[in-house]
Amino acid sequence: MTQPKPEPDVPVAAGAAEVATVPGVAVVHGGGVRREALHFAVRNRKLVGGFVVVLVFLLAALVGPLFASGDPNAYVGPAAAAPSGEYWFGTTTFGQDVFAQFLHGLRASFFVGVVAALIAGVLGMVIGFTSGYRGGLVDEVLNMITNIVLVLPVLAVLMIIAAYLEVRDVQVQAVIIGLFSWPWVARAVRSQTLTLRAREFVDLAKLSGMPVRRIIFREIAPNMASYLFMVFILLFGGSVLFAATLDFIGLGPTEGTSLGLMLNQAKQWSAMNLGLWWWFIPPGLGITTIVGALYLMNVGLDEVFNPKLRET
Amino acid sequence: MGRYFGRKLAIYALTFVVAVTINWLIPRFMPGDPVRAMVARAGLQDPAGVAAMREYYTSLFGFDLPWWQQYLNFWGELLRGNFGVSLWAYPKSVGSIILAAVPYTLGLLLPAILLSWWAGNKFGAYAARKKVLDNAVLPIWYVLTATPYMWLAILLAWAFGKVAGLFPVGRSFSASLEPSFSWLFISDLISHWFLPFLSLFLVAFGGWAIGMRNLIIYELEADYAHYLGALGAPQRLVRRYAFRNAVLPQVTGLALQLGVIIGGAVVTEIVFDYRGLGYLVLEAIKTSDLFLLQGIFLFIVIGVLVANFIIDVVYVLVDPRTRVGMGSGS
Repeated sequence: MTQPKPEPDVPVAAGAAEVATVPGVAVVHGGGVRREALHFAVRNRKLVGGFVVVLVFLLAALVGPLFASGDPNAYVGPAAAAPSGEYWFGTTTFGQDVFAQFLHGLRASFFVGVVAALIAGVLGMVIGFTSGYRGGLVDEVLNMITNIVLVLPVLAVLMIIAAYLEVRDVQVQAVIIGLFSWPWVARAVRSQTLTLRAREFVDLAKLSGMPVRRIIFREIAPNMASYLFMVFILLFGGSVLFAATLDFIGLGPTEGTSLGLMLNQAKQWSAMNLGLWWWFIPPGLGITTIVGALYLMNVGLDEVFNPKLRET
Repeated sequence: MGRYFGRKLAIYALTFVVAVTINWLIPRFMPGDPVRAMVARAGLQDPAGVAAMREYYTSLFGFDLPWWQQYLNFWGELLRGNFGVSLWAYPKSVGSIILAAVPYTLGLLLPAILLSWWAGNKFGAYAARKKVLDNAVLPIWYVLTATPYMWLAILLAWAFGKVAGLFPVGRSFSASLEPSFSWLFISDLISHWFLPFLSLFLVAFGGWAIGMRNLIIYELEADYAHYLGALGAPQRLVRRYAFRNAVLPQVTGLALQLGVIIGGAVVTEIVFDYRGLGYLVLEAIKTSDLFLLQGIFLFIVIGVLVANFIIDVVYVLVDPRTRVGMGSGS
């Protein structure tokens, strides 16, 4: 459940500074930099390995439910059967197919991860950029809001919001997770914008009369692109964990299934005491593998973008 | 320094106001009628009972008053320490139920947070830039930190509780015992405490160790470290300096991770039926006891704010730079 800490700030600031010292416009439109990154990216075992794992799970989530069609919660097989050729992951005490639930649950996890990460990423970037670039009163206010949401325990907030929703689905879950996980992004983006703002090429853009929005998106954002990509991956992993936690405490989607909900039911119907290990191992293992692979990708990307970290 | 703490306290006070406001807003502005929903969930058959309950809730929320008066009343009740009455454990007050559960949660959380932070930092710093060790332990740490708290808890409960039968699983102490200062009770308490503690500790440990390892690597690449190395300072000395610098972001990180770790404690307690706040959360959700849930929310917020302030004080003690007239640190 590790929510990414803003320490990556330190390394990335170094990384960004390195990119930014490449003189002039080449920084922004530098195909060379990008090609070099790609060169190291495809040779980075961590990045490629993590990517392949995530891709396999993503494919399973996209394609799997087509084969295991029908209601994943339907009572199809014998009760509490161990994994077999017919039911790959066994069945629950009610005779539900754990494998079908797993595939549908994966889909829910990916959906929440991507949507929540997009929402939180965009919010964090917009607030961070604006706050760092504008400065003054705008910065004070936005920074205050950021600090407040940062201190609020996210899970507790999500808990009471979800509890008052009578009908919960994956979409709503994704939105509320996204709405409360942006502050660390805003903070990190702000501090980087502050350093980038002071650079010559930004001054030049200002002198040439470029509008603020274009300066932010054309001059500053591209220099942080690598970092923003990593932010998205961390948000993705974090959101998957948040969603699983909410599902587990009984605030998951009221319809359908998800990996967290499977754990919730396994616990609720005492799968541990009955020794039905196939009921609670797959969903947890799935979450751990996806999130672990995402973190691994993140480390790989860090090495690609920051030459100091590359192993020789 | 006064300004530094003043600013921090202002943020915390505002956060508290925001949290209370969220608490007040949500029942009022969520789609649907909370009173109807709560009455329906209580599942009463008798129409007179339903009507009485409706009236009770309406006056409890104060829906018949103008909104600003509702808001002020809400604060008034809160400041008098009145969090409402629990439905799950009627007629006990929410405050008293929570206060009875808090010691168990703190007993899990504090050792887990402090020990995992300490051990993670030490071990992370030790493993950094040590090729063989680093390659061996880093994957384990990543797996740990990617593990959902409840899943590790379930695995431990299953492996050590059910399969190996080493530890009891369920409740904070055996149902047959009464709390007392006897060896029997204390050993029972500890044996129930150990597995939940271990699962919290392990997941958090992975995160701290990775953070520290990375920070140490950055510090060892810093100019001062190279300079010290060039002067011929022993590696141990350089590492010690690196550690002292790297520990600062970890202190800040502790504040940021609090919410996540508390979430972890909630689900871990649910897995083990440990009778702390997490257990209350589960019961409150199961029985739709939203007053209890809101009370727990406020308690968690207050706890996080207090912890944040303590961490701020510690930061000032650890980092001498904050004491030298750095007025507005954030």
